Amino acid sequence: MPTSFFTRRAFVAAGCAIAGGAASGLIVPARAAGLDPTRTMRGGANNYLPDAPIVDRIGGGGFWMTGTVRRAGDGAPLPGQRIQIWAHTTEGHERDPHSHGATLTDENGVFRLEMPQIVPAFGQPHGHLAYDSGDFETVFLRPVMPSANDTSLEAHFVLQPA
Amino acid sequence: MTGIPHIRTLLIWGALLLAAAIPLIAAGQSPLLAWRSPVYIAAGFAGVMGLVLILLQPLLIGGYLPGLSQTRRRRLHRIVGTLLLVMVIVHVAGLWITSPPDVVDALTFTSPTPFSAWGVIAMWMVFLAALLGLIRRRWPWRLRSWRLAHTGTVLMIVTGTVVHALLIQGTMETLSKIMLCLLALIALAKVIFDRRVWRSGLRPGG
Repeated sequence: MPTSFFTRRAFVAAGCAIAGGAASGLIVPARAAGLDPTRTMRGGANNYLPDAPIVDRIGGGGFWMTGTVRRAGDGAPLPGQRIQIWAHTTEGHERDPHSHGATLTDENGVFRLEMPQIVPAFGQPHGHLAYDSGDFETVFLRPVMPSANDTSLEAHFVLQPA
Repeated sequence: MTGIPHIRTLLIWGALLLAAAIPLIAAGQSPLLAWRSPVYIAAGFAGVMGLVLILLQPLLIGGYLPGLSQTRRRRLHRIVGTLLLVMVIVHVAGLWITSPPDVVDALTFTSPTPFSAWGVIAMWMVFLAALLGLIRRRWPWRLRSWRLAHTGTVLMIVTGTVVHALLIQGTMETLSKIMLCLLALIALAKVIFDRRVWRSGLRPGG
């Protein structure tokens, strides 16, 4: 990195390095001190049906919703947390009870639930996820798929103790 | 000479028919339809038909469609305007039935989707343009100001609708959607420039 003067290239490189550092911090929870809690996304709670049952799979499957759940502050993975998932899929609308299901995070705070293929609805191919179990503050997420052809989608929770 | 305008008439009406039919037929082929309820499908098609009507309006009022008398054109413009109003209401009502919270978010400008606000603005402008149409004869000021007001709302309708449509991943096929949007923009621009709306006085046919 040049030290004589600050070129645009150096500025961009430094920016990338900082961004990369921040991104790697997200991937390696142990280093992520002072991690901010995830904020509920706009529209995240739309068509939420509380207490979706824990299932092995929603419907026929073929699509994977994955993600992680960690604690705000120290970023420690949170095992056994119930994440509720629903979406407009090839098997039903968001409002249909059979489009809803829940799963638990494993010992690494990772969750993974198979569900039917998400298809674009209300203008975007998107899913809904909720943490709403009481121990931590409730968070609703609404991730959008980069492409409607994707067969997986991920969403990550950083939860604030309630 | 009689044969030439006849062919021109056929060509113009034929082109309009294609411009209207191709996007509708293409949307009818969308795989998304298989996973939608009839109400949701109807809401989507009301949107597509609304976009077609938006193309038709400047063509009617600008006198670009041959074989129509001025009285006829103006009457059709009012009928098509009313139909557009109905399409907007069916579109929003159908979406409301399909997913109430998403429509509430859109109407309150709190939706996560950027296209919603454009659509909602266009909706209010359709209401306003229709209201202006309704009170035109009772407009207390000069007709020039009425025309400016109506054209202003229409500009927002077309801009809002085009952005709304282009940002949506829905049942419309991309290329036919872009073409229809372009045609609507061109038709509006043409009628505004041909009529010099910004400095028009009282003119027949307005």
